[in-house]
Amino acid sequence: MIDWFPVIIALAVCLIIIMVRVFIGPGAPTRLVAFDTANTIVVTGLVVVGMMFNHVIFIDVAIVYALLSFVMTLYVAKYIQGDKF
Amino acid sequence: MAALNTLSYVFIGIGLFFNFVGAFGLHRFPDVYTRMHATTKCTTFGSIFLILAVIVQSAGIWAMGGDLRQSIMCIHSILALVALLVTNATGAHAMARAAHRSGEKPARAVVDDLEGKKND
Repeated sequence: MIDWFPVIIALAVCLIIIMVRVFIGPGAPTRLVAFDTANTIVVTGLVVVGMMFNHVIFIDVAIVYALLSFVMTLYVAKYIQGDKF
Repeated sequence: MAALNTLSYVFIGIGLFFNFVGAFGLHRFPDVYTRMHATTKCTTFGSIFLILAVIVQSAGIWAMGGDLRQSIMCIHSILALVALLVTNATGAHAMARAAHRSGEKPARAVVDDLEGKKND
């Protein structure tokens, strides 16, 4: 059995580094790129947390989170490029 | 099981390294396109290997006589990996197009070949 807790800590540090760019990033497209990266890290972290706590529900939440964050990315991209909805 | 643990540690090392490369590339690159180049590839690659470590561990415990929960965890991790692979590439394409159409210029760019092409 692997101790997954340091992996979670490393992913959290990675997420903090990315969220700094979300807050200071110049312009909306940079913030969108940083937020999409943060979403990827969160999905990975959810899968690892599900393996660590031995619960399947975290991995199901990770699947739904990945698809919903994709929808969020598409709609914010449409908003940034100035389309009418 | 020891070989699977070693394989999982190698996968975790590769995955965390590439996730950190992506996170630092987000701060080191000058404009939105190069930041996207750093993050969407490196973070996807690192996430593939971290989820592969989870798949290897759960499949190993399942093959060693684990319960039904480990098999569900293995298969659903594969589903999460497929969802991540499909959505990251498509989302990166949409973000790059939106950034160009909103007037974002590449840093130190001399000529923009896509200038004025709004209806592609």
